[in-house]
Formats: sequence, structure tokens, C-alpha cells
Amino acid sequence: MMLLDLLPIALLGAVLGMDVVTFPQAMISRPIVAATLAGAFIGNAPAGLVMGAVLELLALEMLPFGASRYPDWGSASVVGGALYAGQAGDPAGALAATLLGALATAMLSGRSMVWLRRLNASIATRERDKLDKGSIAAVTGLQLIGLTADMARGFFVTLVAMAAFTPLVRAIVVSWGTGARSSRGVVVAIVAAVSAGAVWKIFHVVGRARILFVVGLSIGAAALLTR
Amino acid sequence: MTIPPPARSVDASRTLPFGIWLRMYLRLFAVQGSWNYETMLGNGIAFCTEPALRLLPGGINGQRYSEALGRQARYFNAHPYLAGVAVGALARAELDGVPAPLIERFRTALAGPLGSVGDRLVWASWLPLCSLIALGAFGLGARPVRVIAIFLLTYNIGHLILRGWGLRVGFQRGLRVADALAHPVLRKGPQYVGTAAALLAGITIPLAARELIGGGRFLAAETILLAIAGGVLLARFGGRFEGWRLSLAILTVFVLASVIR
Repeated sequence: MMLLDLLPIALLGAVLGMDVVTFPQAMISRPIVAATLAGAFIGNAPAGLVMGAVLELLALEMLPFGASRYPDWGSASVVGGALYAGQAGDPAGALAATLLGALATAMLSGRSMVWLRRLNASIATRERDKLDKGSIAAVTGLQLIGLTADMARGFFVTLVAMAAFTPLVRAIVVSWGTGARSSRGVVVAIVAAVSAGAVWKIFHVVGRARILFVVGLSIGAAALLTR
Repeated sequence: MTIPPPARSVDASRTLPFGIWLRMYLRLFAVQGSWNYETMLGNGIAFCTEPALRLLPGGINGQRYSEALGRQARYFNAHPYLAGVAVGALARAELDGVPAPLIERFRTALAGPLGSVGDRLVWASWLPLCSLIALGAFGLGARPVRVIAIFLLTYNIGHLILRGWGLRVGFQRGLRVADALAHPVLRKGPQYVGTAAALLAGITIPLAARELIGGGRFLAAETILLAIAGGVLLARFGGRFEGWRLSLAILTVFVLASVIR
């Protein structure tokens, strides 16, 4: 992929990266949306949806409470969706390798959000006098700087991740030595375990949650057998 | 800290001109635009209340406007979707001429409840429920457009209503807005949503897992056993680490092993 080919994906990463915190928080940055959109950009929305579902199961656990540190799933999902959608024929190892790329991007993007918050803080401190005096230019300026910087952050995170992981994933897939069925099974087992643990972590305080979860599992198992 | 009682009775019939209300509502979507570790949402609150502050005597060049804007740009924290409650209430307090020390005390007291109520209702209940609904649709084989539409429509109905309700009730009640936080949806909502989500999670996770395996194939016994064992371990010890980081570590080892093999 040429740098020029990466620009639309990087722009998508910028827009969806913003949605995580700064604007508009409509959850278009959730993996199931973001990765599917990235897949559609590459021309393979169903593959994007598969990566989106995998990442969504993992993201269930992360609740973006206040000042806590969490990954930017928006940019990471765009990277994951685009990488996976680009694997023609879905070779063995493609899902595992692209998921690895997406999670590494999530780690990088989470750090970049901390750097952005520090940058905003330093600008706010520098502008403190003007803000205290009620300068609308300072208030609006700080908002615009924050929004623009966040967009730039998402853009560069996506661009760098795509540039780094596109050749790496290709190299991994070429030399992959585990069978397709086992490779997929390991990924599915990991995300199913993490999502089940997440559901327990979030909802165990709710009355009858344990029973309801088991009842749900029974219904889910029955649906699996009948479908 | 408790929310201070109102200094005077609030005229509930007072409303904002529609154009100003709309500008404040739209600005709420960027309330976290300059979120930072020093003032957190503070600057965003000033940005969102600003259209209403133009109604103060003297307008944008008046002293009351400057003082009010400067006050609103200080530290504040809340859940972003419920920040509208604060924006509405603070704008109302400024327009009603409530003394500055009382507004500052009110600001301080309001932040905690708006954070915890919003976190429980939205991040820990509504968002996971909507994710599970979308994953369920995926598990049942819905096409990509349909999965995205189901998620975004379901989630954003709650999102958009909550932001609009917050701004409206905040402005209507001013310093008496604490009563609004006792609304049944805010108090009982997380419990009901959590109940539904626990049931739905049980149905959704196996269906989504089967769909991920793809091609109508059944989940292999070892995959099911691994998932159950991992899920139990994470439920038991999950508070000590984050699942996605653990996944990254396991995947790294698996990928290395598969490449070296």
C-alpha cells in the first residue's frame, strides 16, 4: 500500500479517533462500527465487521470513566478493520495477525490520548489569566486547539500504524505455520473469554445477574444447535 | 459535599430563545473538546454556557459576561452526556444573578453526582447493552449495514435524549437541579439495563463466537473449553488486569510461535 492509499484510512481514523472523547461521542468509534466502516473503505465490509465484532468483544471490558486511561478504539478499529479487509481470501493467521496489529495500535493510541490531555493542560495553564478574565477568544481557542490536535492525533496514529503493520501482517501471514481452524479458534476463545469476564465484571453487582447470564447461555446454546 | 439550597425560588417557566438553546445543545457535543488533567471539562462548560451568557446585561462586552465566562472556565468534571444538566443550571444561575460564591459552591457540589450517575447509566449500562445487541445481530448473521444501524440508532436514541433532557431540566430548575438527579431513569435505570444486559450477554457471546468461526462450522470443543476457562479466570481475577492487554500478550506469543514453527 502506497502512502497515498493510506490517506483515506488515516482520515477515517482521525474522525473516528475524535469521537472517542472530543466530538461528538456518538460511538461511531466503537469497534463494531469503526472496523466495519474501514472494511467498507477497502471494499470488504463483511471482513471489517468480523474484525469489529472481535474488537467489540474485547472493548466491552473498557469503560471510559472520567480520567481513567483507556485505548482509543476508534483509530485502532480502523487499523484492524482495514488490515483484515485487505487480506484477500482470509488466509490462516490473518485474523490473529491483524488483531495483534489492532491491539498494538490501541496501546499506542491510548498513550497518545494521555499526551494530548497533557498538551491541553499546558495550554490551559498558559492561558489561565485570559480564561479567568472571561476571554471568549481564549475559551473558543482552547476548544479548537483541543479538537484539532485530537483529529491530528487520530490521523497520525492511524497512518503510522497502517504503514507499520501492513507489511508486518503480510510477512506474518506468509510464514504462518498453524492451521486455519486452530488459528481462528484461539482468537475466538480469547475474545469470548475476555468478553465473558467483562460482562461479569460490569454486571455482577446487579441482582440475579449470575442466574440471568446462565439462562442466557442456555438460550444461546439452544440457538446454536437449532440454527 | 451537598448541593447548596437555592438562594431564591426559580421561575420554572423561564425559557431560553430556541436559537440559543440549539447552539448550547450543539456545543454540548464538543464539551470535552479541550479535556485535560488540569481543568478537565471546565473550558467546555464555559464554551457551552457562552451563548446564554450573551443575554446578561451589557451583552458580550459587559462585565457580568466576562466574570461569568471566567467563572465557568474553571475546573469542572462530569459525565459528558450529563454535562448539559450543569450547563443549563449554571447558565440559569448566571442569568438569575445568583451571587458568585454560591455559583462556585454549586459548581463544586454538582460535579461528583453528575459524574457517578452518568458513568453508571451510560458507560456501565447503556453502552454495553447496545454493544451486546449489535453483537447479537452479528451473531444472527445480520449484514454489516444492519449491524451498524442497529447499534448507532439504539445507542444514540438514549444519547441524544439524555443530552437534550439534561440541558432542559438544568435550565428549568437552576440551582434546584439536584432533584432531577433522583429521576427514576437515573436511579433505577442502571439496574434494569444491567439485568437485561446480563441475560443478553449469555445469548450473544456464543452466537457471536460461532459467527466468528464462520462458514456455519460448529465451535470446536477445545475452543469452548478455553473460552469457559478463560472467562472464569477473568471473572475471578479480572480486577487485577485488563483483558485486552492480556489478549495482546497471549496473541504475541501465539503469533511468534506460529511464525517460528
